Amino acid sequence: MKRVILATLVVFAAMPALACETVRVGDIEVEHAWSRATIGADRPGVVYLSIRNTGSTDDALIGVATPIAGMPMLHETVVSDGIASMPHTMSMPVPAGQTAALAPGGFHGMLMGLTQALKKGDSFPLTLTFETAGDVTVTVEVLGMGAKEAECPNAQP
Amino acid sequence: MTGRDLLPIPIRDMSFRLTDHNGQPFAPSQWLGRPTMVFFGFTFCPDVCPTTLSDISDWLADLGPEADRLNVALISVDPERDTPTILAEYLSNFDPRIVGLTGRLTGLEKAAADFRATFEKLPRDGDYTMNHTAGVFLFAADGQFTSIIDFHEDRRFAIPKIRRILT
Ligand SMILES: [Cu+2]
Repeated sequence: MKRVILATLVVFAAMPALACETVRVGDIEVEHAWSRATIGADRPGVVYLSIRNTGSTDDALIGVATPIAGMPMLHETVVSDGIASMPHTMSMPVPAGQTAALAPGGFHGMLMGLTQALKKGDSFPLTLTFETAGDVTVTVEVLGMGAKEAECPNAQP
Repeated sequence: MTGRDLLPIPIRDMSFRLTDHNGQPFAPSQWLGRPTMVFFGFTFCPDVCPTTLSDISDWLADLGPEADRLNVALISVDPERDTPTILAEYLSNFDPRIVGLTGRLTGLEKAAADFRATFEKLPRDGDYTMNHTAGVFLFAADGQFTSIIDFHEDRRFAIPKIRRILT
């Protein structure tokens, strides 16, 4: 049984594969939402997931929100001349007919101001806001700190 | 000028002093005699650093017992927050052959200079983050620099580069 951060989500937690399931809003499909365990609540958490735009119109991910972080935001890791930085980004393009991802070493959800440490086996809700498709809430599974990809059958990192 | 115009100096000429994640003093001469793999990072970084540590853990697993001969070290670019105790807890999530190094800011500055690496503290949202050199530095057993594994480099190229310093 998974430990769930919000008591109201216990009903969702009973379905272990939830983070591996596909959630839809409009032409947008979101799946494989996962995070890494943190040391304490002072260090930021991270969110990765995969987005597919099945429509014929470009869309964009323009925001992330979750009750477990005071300052959730979108970042993009950039390596330039061998130096890594991760600036804020206002939006991630999700072009028509294509798949885009928050993935290690690229775009990621950055959860600043965690209300508590993220432990392996936890799950929490994350609401994504798309420019065109609107809002959709997914369940994020917390994996180990060394995880590199979602633990789903046929998962893409 | 970019960070890549200059190469790290040989380990035998390095003179920085840091502390390992067990609280023991560290000097670069301890690396001599074995091939060495070093990268810079910090524990407040949730994306690049765990990804690099996972990659390195996978490479070490692929190399198997052969990799026991390697020195593998993470040098923290955030000594203010990365105490040896924090580094030890953080590294317990990855291959146990990885050693964490931290210490005084002056020690880190000297280490970065020896590696020709850079790090920069940036204020952010009432807190701060660090920009830092992201590649993995490889040295032969005699301490001579051989190559860098870039952050986005395909692992098909990473393993042969490590094998080269193991032979
Ligand atoms: Cu970030």
